[in-house]
Amino acid sequence: MTRNTQPLSLRVPEPSGRPGDAPDFSGLKLDVAGAVDRPPVDSRPVQMTDLAFRLVRVLDDEGNAVGPWNPRLDPDTARRGLKAMILTRAFDDRMHRAHRQGKTSFYMKCTGEEAIAVAQGMILSREDMGFPTYRQQGLLISRGYPLATMMNQIYSNAADPIKGRQLPIMYSARDFGFFTISGNLGTQLPQAVGWAMASAYKGDDKIAITWIGDGSTAESDFHSALTFASVYRAPVIINVVNNQWAISSFQGIAGGNETTFASKAIGYGLPSLRVDGNDFLAVWAATQWAEERARTNQGATLIEMFTYRGAPHSTSDDPSKYRPADEHDQWPLGDPIQRLRQHLTLIGEWDDEQHEAALKEAVEQVRAAGKESEAIGTLGQSRPSVKEMFEEVYATEDWRITEQRGEVGI
Amino acid sequence: MSEAYSPADQHDGIDPDMADATETPASISEGTGVVPMNMIQALNSALAVKMTEDPNVLSFGEDTGFFGGVFRVTDQLQQKHGLTRSFDAPINESGIVGAAIGMAAYGLRPVVEIQFADYIYPAYDQIVSEAAKMRYRSGGQFSTPIVVRSPYGGGIFGGQTHSQSPESLFTHIAGLKVVVPSNPYDAKGLLTAAIEDDDPVIFFEPKRLYNGPFDGWHQKPISPWKSQPEAQVPTEKYVVPIGEAKIVREGSDVTILAWGTMVWVSLAAAEHAGVDAEVIDLRTLVPLDIATIEASVKKTGRCVIVHEAPKTSGYGAELSALVQERCFYHLEAPIGRVCGWDTPYPHAFEWEYFPGPERVATALKAVMTGGAR
Repeated sequence: MTRNTQPLSLRVPEPSGRPGDAPDFSGLKLDVAGAVDRPPVDSRPVQMTDLAFRLVRVLDDEGNAVGPWNPRLDPDTARRGLKAMILTRAFDDRMHRAHRQGKTSFYMKCTGEEAIAVAQGMILSREDMGFPTYRQQGLLISRGYPLATMMNQIYSNAADPIKGRQLPIMYSARDFGFFTISGNLGTQLPQAVGWAMASAYKGDDKIAITWIGDGSTAESDFHSALTFASVYRAPVIINVVNNQWAISSFQGIAGGNETTFASKAIGYGLPSLRVDGNDFLAVWAATQWAEERARTNQGATLIEMFTYRGAPHSTSDDPSKYRPADEHDQWPLGDPIQRLRQHLTLIGEWDDEQHEAALKEAVEQVRAAGKESEAIGTLGQSRPSVKEMFEEVYATEDWRITEQRGEVGI
Repeated sequence: MSEAYSPADQHDGIDPDMADATETPASISEGTGVVPMNMIQALNSALAVKMTEDPNVLSFGEDTGFFGGVFRVTDQLQQKHGLTRSFDAPINESGIVGAAIGMAAYGLRPVVEIQFADYIYPAYDQIVSEAAKMRYRSGGQFSTPIVVRSPYGGGIFGGQTHSQSPESLFTHIAGLKVVVPSNPYDAKGLLTAAIEDDDPVIFFEPKRLYNGPFDGWHQKPISPWKSQPEAQVPTEKYVVPIGEAKIVREGSDVTILAWGTMVWVSLAAAEHAGVDAEVIDLRTLVPLDIATIEASVKKTGRCVIVHEAPKTSGYGAELSALVQERCFYHLEAPIGRVCGWDTPYPHAFEWEYFPGPERVATALKAVMTGGAR
């Protein structure tokens, strides 16, 4: 005989809207720009736990940069950031079309999230190491990585830098501070912490930065990483990119309705910030804050980048099947490109003519890279030598590989 | 995940050499020459020598720092080399291996300990999806020279969670090397080679052999390592190359393929059965020394494979297939396998589960009379 008099019921969280519903963001608590204090960089995590539940914003609705987190970014740098975001979006658009044209098997856009990777890619040095997910292409683009080389991998053509071995978009660019991407989610976090621990162990001055999606915070490796980062005070910046959707599962399935993702750092004794990820200046300021902590040996910071995945999860996904059709358009934090454009225009550092020119230039740059890459070949038209299939499995191949290579006749 | 399982508990009343080991520090004082070492001391010596030689070598794992590991393999490394060279890690196997991968990508050569091989499963994804694939998937830009050390195997009354032999799971993964020593000399030389290797190496230490050879006759007294020639270990650096098997007993009737504790069981079985068996200690499962195996089986015409892990999809299945592919016309009997049963490791039935010399002898006699069963 149990003591309950009422039957229990299982709760399964549901998002605020499904296809056919009107988008409903009334549940979001969004601080206005400038409302959140900026604590000193040497603050103890326990002194700043409220920041895990607030939202650091710099750009207000009119495009003014306000409040204590205003990074007072010089216009040239801000313009470079805007152009890199525009280029990232143009690249995504062309590659998405390339998939629809059968030129590649797969692509993933980062529409709406461009500010995160672009700003952070510009702030940190290439000697620091980034441990990205598949939605940080803006990091490579902001650092001037050759677009044609990215496309060569997307097409798995003869000039693919990964030699035909990886899914498109799973880039690897050591010289650009870009670690090889894994499709197994969250695995890069303990690796980033380990890399940062190694830098500290060697008395080096480099730090690590890593990204994980909101859905993947449910992975054990997220918690492994926070434990190690905290215990060994690793110089690493851990970003949770909360783009609201893990394929079709809304962020509540990963626990985002119970608390913020930023607050998950509190139990580990790590400082955490929750930041408007569509606000280039807020991303910039928060990253600089975390960077200074890391570089002064004060350890890791977790940043929840609050944003929205505007595009499908991948070319294999149709978001109209699980969320309101116009939810992205209604996202209350707007679009990162439009918001930085508005700001620069407001302060007289940008105008419509320049914007149109930047869009045109980005499209032309992508088109030129596309021509260069397609001249080498798209998927199935061109590929690396089959011998690449057998190479670099081990530092030195063993008899199995030699024999099997022989079976293929190479 | 793991619960510390003290060596005294595991060997209580079983291994008379244990008393020596618990009273003697694992670490052997510096100097030159050859001294008797048990396997714990030999492994400790490999780590100490490499850490002295190369500042990029470091060691961490659960309880491996100040305390020196529950089996004492990392004893005194922290005291000798400093807190940041040999330290304790959270009870988080995926974090341990994941951090090691990041360190290796930076340029270090981390050696991590998974306290028991039974606890390696939480780290499995980091090992097989990450460490194993890093060079390949990055087009050669990143590599992962880590060593994952882990005590494995049965015969210590460790029950289901302190007795398993998961080596076959790792032999299946492209990009990994899998090494299993069977004596102190090889243990030091192979671990040194593993640390210097540019690929990730899974290094399984047969914990039943830590303090002395064990031939499976659990009712009989056991002699300590110091009475064995394999325990004469140079204090200085040397390497036993990865990928080279060793013929530990020459014979003409049948080839026994074994590794770890089963090497000693196989030697005892050959004596017990009165069969002139050639016993090959594989030492490295991947890359496999196929040439030594092939030459031996072609000479003897018979083959018995002995391992502790369950029979189904164990590494013996792969070895059996390879021998069949390469030596079919030389075989005079079906290939025999003596393995753990296809059950979880049972605590109370340890000696019925653990492949012992009598079971191996039965298999040897069967292949000698032309039928495996």
